[in-house]
Amino acid sequence: MTAAPQRQERASTEPVEPIDPIDRRLIAATQSGLPLVPRPYRALADGLGLSEREVAARLGALLEAGIIRRIGAVPNHYALGYSANGMSVWDIDDEAVSALGRRIGALDFVTHCYRRPRRPPVWPYNLFAMVHARSRDEVADHVARIAALAGTAARAHDVLYSTRILKKTGLRLTG
Amino acid sequence: METRTPPRLDAIDRQIINDLHGGFPLSERPFAALAPGFGLTEEALIARLERLLQDRVLSRFGPLFHAERLGGGLTLAAMQVPAARFEAVAEIVNGFPEVAHNYARDHALNMWFVVATEKPERVAEVLQEIEQATDLEVLNLPKEEEYFLELRLQA
Repeated sequence: MTAAPQRQERASTEPVEPIDPIDRRLIAATQSGLPLVPRPYRALADGLGLSEREVAARLGALLEAGIIRRIGAVPNHYALGYSANGMSVWDIDDEAVSALGRRIGALDFVTHCYRRPRRPPVWPYNLFAMVHARSRDEVADHVARIAALAGTAARAHDVLYSTRILKKTGLRLTG
Repeated sequence: METRTPPRLDAIDRQIINDLHGGFPLSERPFAALAPGFGLTEEALIARLERLLQDRVLSRFGPLFHAERLGGGLTLAAMQVPAARFEAVAEIVNGFPEVAHNYARDHALNMWFVVATEKPERVAEVLQEIEQATDLEVLNLPKEEEYFLELRLQA
């Protein structure tokens, strides 16, 4: 497969502009959620000593910069019945991995798709695609679709199921 | 694995979960702006969101951040933990405040955790401290490229 040059997501290793101190406080104030009141931005503004307009403008700028991916409902997969969570991992040709990663990431049952380093001999896989489904059978069907998409570019794959959540905390930034 | 009967969701709940995925308005009264689309009043929409959060159908309502762009460090790490030591090692790993998530998985590499730090250079230190505290090797698997499309599971 030949990979034509395409626009890429910024790699996580690139330097990131430091976040402005007021934005940091706004992020710290909203990371567990927006206030569920008729004027949420005014409630935030009151707590931060800013104007309502400035809070909305800053959130808009953070969205524009991609620091906020989106503002809305963050569903709990388990509560929606998506209780089979399979981490599918793939050993994909280095030449094919970016183009294929984008196609796999676009599948509606794949919630996250990343390229990560191989750690041979223990860990031969360089592509991770998290698959959420209602049962392990359904996960297996989804994984088969990914395998069909990858074809011969995939040398090996595996699916790791989570058996227990040992710890789960949200992103925590101290203002 | 946690087993629980999913809470009953009516058609409006499902519509809220699916349609309020993103694009929440930055206007003065965002709930009032959206409520008519669900055939609800502002007050009723807020009450539904409160209930969906309380029932843990939603884990959060608000901004979803792009962790790397906050300037901190982030990685995925994996360990091969002998079964007899699993609980003790989990306790050590979970004791690090920088460990955000930790999952047991059915693989030779049976412990997978996410390390998130405010300063990027702290990631390597935390992994080294975990290796020292557990006397086990930690595989560092940082994200090198992301193929992100929006999470769109249908409710």
